[in-house]
Order: sequence, then structure tokens, then C-alpha cells
Amino acid sequence: MNSRERILGRVRRALADAPAEETPLSRDYLREHGQRTAAETVDLLAENLADYRALVHRCGDRELADLIMRLLAERGSRTVLVPPGLPPYWLTASDVTQVHDRAASTAHELDRVDSVVTGCAVAIAETGTLVLDGSPDQGRRRITLVPDHHICVVRVPGQVVSSVPQGLERLDPARPLTWISGPSATSDIELDRVEGVHGPRTLEVILVGEN
Amino acid sequence: MSGTYLGMPAFPAAAREAVGNATLRGNLRHATHTIRAKRAKAVSEVSDWAELREAGRRIKDHTLRHLDRYLVQLEESVTAAGGVVHWAADADEANDIVTQLVKMTGESEVVKVKSMATQEIGLNEALEAEGIRAYETDLAELIVQLGKDRPSHILVPAIHRNRGEIRDIFAREMSEWGRPAPEGLTDTPAELAEAARLHLREKFLRAKVGISGANFMVAETGTLVVVESEGNGRMCLTLPETLISVVGIEKIVPAWQDLEVFLQTLPRSSTAERMNPYTSTWTGTTDEDGPRNFHLVLLDNGRTDTLADEVGRQALRCIRCSACLNVCPVYERAGGHAYGSVYPGPIGAILSPQLRGTGSEIDASLPYASSLCGACYEVCPVAIDIPEVLVHLRERVVQGGEVTRAGNKVVLRPAKGHAAERAAMRAARWAFLHPGALRTGQRAASRTRRFHPRSLPGPGRAWSGTRELPPVPAEPFRDWWQRTRGGKDGDR
Ligand code: SF4
Repeated sequence: MNSRERILGRVRRALADAPAEETPLSRDYLREHGQRTAAETVDLLAENLADYRALVHRCGDRELADLIMRLLAERGSRTVLVPPGLPPYWLTASDVTQVHDRAASTAHELDRVDSVVTGCAVAIAETGTLVLDGSPDQGRRRITLVPDHHICVVRVPGQVVSSVPQGLERLDPARPLTWISGPSATSDIELDRVEGVHGPRTLEVILVGEN
Repeated sequence: MSGTYLGMPAFPAAAREAVGNATLRGNLRHATHTIRAKRAKAVSEVSDWAELREAGRRIKDHTLRHLDRYLVQLEESVTAAGGVVHWAADADEANDIVTQLVKMTGESEVVKVKSMATQEIGLNEALEAEGIRAYETDLAELIVQLGKDRPSHILVPAIHRNRGEIRDIFAREMSEWGRPAPEGLTDTPAELAEAARLHLREKFLRAKVGISGANFMVAETGTLVVVESEGNGRMCLTLPETLISVVGIEKIVPAWQDLEVFLQTLPRSSTAERMNPYTSTWTGTTDEDGPRNFHLVLLDNGRTDTLADEVGRQALRCIRCSACLNVCPVYERAGGHAYGSVYPGPIGAILSPQLRGTGSEIDASLPYASSLCGACYEVCPVAIDIPEVLVHLRERVVQGGEVTRAGNKVVLRPAKGHAAERAAMRAARWAFLHPGALRTGQRAASRTRRFHPRSLPGPGRAWSGTRELPPVPAEPFRDWWQRTRGGKDGDR
């Protein structure tokens, strides 16, 4: 008998006298916590992102390219990773060298890049979370991991939901997902929070509204 | 389970020693009290906590009730998504499978995400014996590994170390394992984290094989989920070419939607955050994004035996949030090492003896490592009634009885080392069945209380050596009740 059969057999014997299911699962928890307008939901997202030490900026679509240029310049970034489907106009104002997200590039090559700019799939206001799903404007999972500076652009209010249940609903489990709530952090040393152990130490979020 | 740490004394002895260590107690007290207060605040932010907790309990119970079905479904969906599923009945088999998989890649080092399951089976040691070096990449696990130490907490395994100790460990040991600590390293947390970042980054960037556990596996979709803070998880899950995940069979949830419950309750219960910094989900392999080979090792190692126990099986609902450790007065004073297992604290006290059996002295003593105050049940996000299981296991240790071991029913004999408790338990049972005798005995005890010793003679000495004997009250409760209230409500 192989281990698969052995384990399944043990499970079945263990459950032989387990009572039949009691009550069916009722999902009587909330779909979102509190009533908010779309604008209030965006405010809450900004607040919770900042609370977890992400740097939050807001602008209209027409100012986006200038804002990205300014943020890259302030960091002194000379190279920036670009996912294949990033709207080109986001970077038209910046004169940094663009590095393209290629499957063949090694982790060491990524490590030499200063910043990365991406879009996102959905943002969750109640928890201050950005979710990336590997779509063309977000690229492979590793490009938002290895560089030390990540600028994530969120379209508001369209890409913002209130809660975790509403967020999950919008996501496709077949895609690899990365949920990001603030920059990388650890509390392993006497529970003092330190930002940026392995992931990007600086996370900047741009909330872009329509002009 | 791969047995107890070698030479581990039983809980009372280990705890007595730990309680005498002032640094350990100081570190622990600070840590548990800090998390405790933060958690209460994080939980109070969600008005439907009770409903989420109940849903979590039900989802897990339902999964366990149909575990065979969900295991098969999970296997199908992982395979369909491009993963390879392996089944391991015990620790040795799991270690063999992983070792073979690593060898097939031709690599001799692997990077690891913190995982209780791989600690439970002693994977690092097994790999070491085959010439494969496993690097722990979680900061706390790194501290533990470099310090040649053992983890003492589920979530913050180096909670027993303060910053000065960590600095010394880094300065002394890092060069043995790779990039040395920077010159003149101080003990500020930021500098220590930076040293770890540099030390580990060179390993991440060259790693070809990653090993992880998982917090959840979704049967419906074949998705695995890892919840973390530092980004070391993301490094290990996405940079290597081969990913091997070793996961206990109880970590299944049926549907994608079920994650909405646990992704709300887990972070708030464990680190007291609205959401942990990083959560990664992956479903098999994805072209040109992340590992090209994905292996899932489904681990039994005592879990089906636990499932066979009607009262004890609820321990399998555990999502390893560690909230129960942080509120436990016994854990706070004794520390995680005293439990002699990778699972410390209240959950360890019920999980280890079930996974490993109560054959060893430490496992037989674990159900006693509790004051039964009930705080652990109150905070548990999946409502595991830990005190109920503790009492059940105590009875099992004391009286023996039928249990399942490696899938077979065996009859456990009463434990020898617990003659005193066994006698006490029998006496208590007899007394409760004979209320008249109980009353007489209590009165006699009250009248003679001035003469009572502070420790017990004979076989009871070991028992009272680690416990304060409560003073006998001046008057039995029953008598006091009769005297003060008996006449009023006339309920005789
Ligand atoms: S028993 Fe409950 S409180 Fe303790 S670690 Fe498990 S889920 Fe958390």
C-alpha cells in the first residue's frame, strides 16, 4: 500500500464514527465594516497605507508623469524597472534608464536596479493592502521584490474596494498574487518594528483620480 | 513526529529551570504583554469578530469532517495547475521525499521560509545528514539557527533573545555561514536587520531551490497561501527554480472564498496587524513567473491519529496564530523551550502529545502545563477549546485508554510517572460521586488546616514541588453557603 492510500485510509477510519455535519456554514459576517462613500473609502485606504508607513501621494491623471519623475529624482534613482504593459506616458517625464522585465534577467541584475513602477489589481481600504496579480502593468512577482524602492499606482476610486471579502471576489486564484500592506517589516527584535528586511524598504503609493 | 529534543526533561523540571532565568522571563514578559495589548485593539476594530471566529471554526470542522474528499480534490487541482503532489505518512518519509527532490536538482543548498511543519519533522537535520545545507531566512529563525538554539515561540521564534544577545550572535557566527556581520555592528534593531538583509540577500539571489510550508491550501483551486512580514517568504517562493512545500494535511480550506475569513482573523490574532505586510498565493506553476517546478508534500505524521480522537481533533483547526501563547500565564513564565517541542504554549500542550503520543515523560507531562484559566480559548480565532482538550488528555495519561497510533488502535496504559495525579484524580471522582463524604472531608480539612504541610509527602512530593498548595479555607464553601444564604432562598 502506498502512503497516499494509507493516509486516506487512516482519515476514513478516523472519521468512521464522526457525526454527520451539524449546521451548514452560514457566512453571517460582514461584507464590509461600516458605510462609506467611494471618496471616504479612498481616504481610508490612504490613511491605513500611511499608518503602515507607506508614503502616499495623490494626483490627477495629467500630473502623474510629473509626480513619478519627482519621486524618482528625490530618491536619486538612475534606473527603473518597467513591466511590459505599463502605460508609456507614466514615464515620459522621467529621464531615468528603463530596464525591462525579462524572464531571462537574473536576480543579480534586478538587484542592481534602483526603483520599480507598477500598477495594481485591487486595493483594500480597510486593511491598507495593495494586491498585484501579475497583469502586464505589474509584471513578474520578483520585480516588486528585489529593488529597494517600489512606486505603485492605484486608480481611484475604480481599483479600490472596502474589505477583504470584496477584494477576494475580484481576484483570479489561477494567477500568482502578491498582497502588500506597507513596506517589508520585522518585529523580531524585541518587537521593535523595523522596515525593510528583504523586500523594498520604501513603498510609495500614488492614488490617481480622474482630472 | 521526530521525537523530543534530545535529553529534554519533562515539563515541570524544564519549567522550574526556565522560571529561574530572569533575562528570559523579562524578555518574554515584555513581548507577550506588548502583543497582547495590541491584539485586543486590532480585534476590537472588527465589529463582526464573533461571527468571523464562528465561521472559521465551522469551515475547519467541516473540512476535517470530509478531509479525505478535500485531500483528493486538492491533489487533482494542484496537479492540473502543474504541480506534483507527494504523500508522506511520517517524518522520515517526508524527509526522504524532500531530500530526493533536492538531490534531483543537483543542488547542495536550499533557502527556507519559516515553517513549523519542517521543524516538526526535523528537515534541516535530515538534509544536513545528506550533505545539503538549509538556510533559514526569517530573521528570527536566522537568529535561532546562528545561535545554535531552538525556537521558543510560533511567530517570533527568537522572542527569548534581547538585542544585545542578537548582536553578539551575529558578530560571532555570520562569517561561518556566509557574509560576515559588518564591522562595529551595534545592537540597534535597524542595524541588526540590515546585517541580516545583507547576509541573506546573497543567498536569495543565488538560490535554486526553495522550501516552504503554507498557511492554507485551497482544495477547489489548488492554491497555496503563505502569510509573512519580511519578504523572505516572497524571495523563497519566487526566485528559485524549484519550490518544495511541506504542508500538514489539516491546512486545507475547501474554497477560495473561505480565505476571506482567515485573512481577516489570522493577522489580527498573530501580529495584531490589520494585515501582515506580505501574502503570497500561487497555484501550481505560472509560465515565466516564479519556480518552474513545484512539489507539494502532504504530511500526516500523527495528524490522522489526532483526527481519530473525538475531543482532541479540534486541535487540527489551529491556524498557528500564536495568540494563545501570548495570553498564557504558564508560557509567560516558563518560556517556549520548556515544552520540548516545536509547538509551545497552550496549543503545544495539546498538539504535541497527540501528534507524538504520550509515551515519553515530557509528552505525558504536557497536558499539565496549564492552569486551565481559559484565556487561550477566549483568544483563539478558531475557538479551539484548549482547556477541554487538556483535561481530556490528562484523563488519558492518568487512566490510559484507547488511542490511535500510526493508524492503529492501541490501548494506552496509565502513565507510571503520574501515580500521584492518578490517585488524586480517582479520589476527586469518587468524592464527587459521594457528596456526603466530600462534605465531611472538607469539614475535617478545615478544622485541621493549621497543621497542613506546604508540600505533600510520599508520591505527592513531586507534584507539590512545582505547585503551591492552596491553603485550606477556614470553612468549606458548602457550609458558608448554607450559613449565609441557605435560609434565604430555602433551596435545600
Ligand atoms: S490554538 Fe488557536 S490561538 Fe493558539 S495558535 Fe492555534 S489558532 Fe492560534
